[in-house]
Amino acid sequence: MKAVARPVHRKPLGKRILDNWQLYLLLLIPVVITIVYKYGPMYGIQIAFRDFRANRGITGSEWVGWKWFERFFQAPTFDRMIRNTILLSLYSLLWGFPVPIILSLALNQLRFKRFRRVVQTVIYAPHFISTMIICGMLRIFLSPSGGLINLLFGTRIDFLTEASMFRTIYVASGIWQEAGWGTIIYLATLSSVDPSLYEAAKVDGASVFQRILHIDIPCLIPMIILQLIMSASGLMNVGFEKAFLLQTDLNKATSDIIAVYVYDQGIQRASYSYATAIGLFNTAINIVLLLIVNRIAKKFADVNFI
Amino acid sequence: MSKTKNGSQGKLGGLSDRTSDVILVIFSLLILIIVAYPLYYILVASFSNPYDVYAGKTFLLPSGFTLDGYKAVFADDSILSGYWNSIVYTVVGTIFSVAMIYLVAYPLSCSDLPGKKLISIFFVITMYFGGGLIPTYLIVRDTGIMQTIFAMFLPGGVAVGNMIIARNYFETSIPASLKEAADIDGASKLRIFVSMIIPLSMPILSVMTIFSMVAYWNDWFTALIYMRGDQAPLPLVLRNVLIKSSTSAAQASMVSGGYAELNKLTEMIKFSSIIVAAAPMLIAYPFVQKYFEQGFMSGAVKG
Repeated sequence: MKAVARPVHRKPLGKRILDNWQLYLLLLIPVVITIVYKYGPMYGIQIAFRDFRANRGITGSEWVGWKWFERFFQAPTFDRMIRNTILLSLYSLLWGFPVPIILSLALNQLRFKRFRRVVQTVIYAPHFISTMIICGMLRIFLSPSGGLINLLFGTRIDFLTEASMFRTIYVASGIWQEAGWGTIIYLATLSSVDPSLYEAAKVDGASVFQRILHIDIPCLIPMIILQLIMSASGLMNVGFEKAFLLQTDLNKATSDIIAVYVYDQGIQRASYSYATAIGLFNTAINIVLLLIVNRIAKKFADVNFI
Repeated sequence: MSKTKNGSQGKLGGLSDRTSDVILVIFSLLILIIVAYPLYYILVASFSNPYDVYAGKTFLLPSGFTLDGYKAVFADDSILSGYWNSIVYTVVGTIFSVAMIYLVAYPLSCSDLPGKKLISIFFVITMYFGGGLIPTYLIVRDTGIMQTIFAMFLPGGVAVGNMIIARNYFETSIPASLKEAADIDGASKLRIFVSMIIPLSMPILSVMTIFSMVAYWNDWFTALIYMRGDQAPLPLVLRNVLIKSSTSAAQASMVSGGYAELNKLTEMIKFSSIIVAAAPMLIAYPFVQKYFEQGFMSGAVKG
């Protein structure tokens, strides 16, 4: 490459902006759409503190302060919803997080390349299926009369009416659907390992297990920390869809989560202000988690997301 | 299956490489079965008599082979219209989303764009913070796109995560020297975008296309809150079939044999509609698998 240093930065700012007018033009449409449909709703959050009436509009409705939040804190199912939301995420994280790591470590050491490709392709598959279809399959497999699980164990349990089973079903199906997809990022990281390291380890007589322990795992640690931090910060974002579709009147003790309540109150009952307040409460917890986690990340992994 | 040479035997208190290979293959096979079998089971069931399925006669092969389930699916007006709606939303939504990704990712990959940092932050904030369900609903309503196709892609169509992946690709995989050379030759930014960036970024274009397609094809919640019943995409139509187990009038008109026959048909439609809904994406993604694995790799290097 020739030593044509970029003189661009020495030009005055006005000239540089003018030089790039075409780029700003490209950005125009996405920026406008983002302002309307992302920042617009952020402006609309204020209805959480107002008594929103459609005919008065957002700014015309009366201020009511913390009324909706207080109502939410006093809701009879408040404790239950908070507990279910946190526990569902926490269990999903605890059980689901290690699985892709273990899979990647095993697949990375698999020497039959074509077989490895087949396994990889197949385990990505569930990620591409709609939650609606997954829940339909779950209902078929868990059916008390002739569902696959009951056939295999010779039982006749109606799993979806048992509150005690809901979390297991939720977490296990989540792992089935996303663990394979989760290996991509780890396998990509492992592919950057210098092959000469393995060669050297082999010469030294290290077994596959020792190679995983001393080469692969140290290589993955930064990525593992990064992924852990990212998932921890989304702790309150429990997937609404599955809880909504698998909820039955009988398993509500464990399946009732904040997001479903927001949908119920907001869309079904049109209590706009109340539902917005609950959503805001949820977002606020998430933001706090994100800030805490970002601070920890800066300290330990020298990474920064925001 | 390719045969690899067996290297030196492991000695230091571990298993030999040969033994480890066997363990790894068995482990991988087990994973393969756990993931694939539920899908295979549904596929087999879709060609079987549902009573045999529920009697446990279809673990490996169909029993009482029939295509009635598929016939019923393709004769059901609500499912067909759902299928058509899904295709329309997926095509239009994907074109929109991919265009948005490119329109943002390219300018942000140009190092000399004044205000680049600020514009990035403007988009990234929306990944972490949003107005939530109801405020978004009210905006969609107030902008008059309720019950129009625009409601399916305008509110959520600007996919910031994918933009970051695409921008990283533009920065790392398209040599900066190439852009500079074009710049010196007097090509405008727009010209570089159209005749250099777009043709050189086909791998990431295919990845973004498949990611967007999957998102639109599988989405039902957007339609649940913004659309009328007759505008429902396939997954939302299937909610009645799969989740509520209800029978449509069209299905009822198909059978002559009373309740038992109708019940049988309802069950058959469950299996075959799952296959019909899941198949397009399951057939498509292996074609771009190589590219999305690479895409994540360049993303991983960037951190």
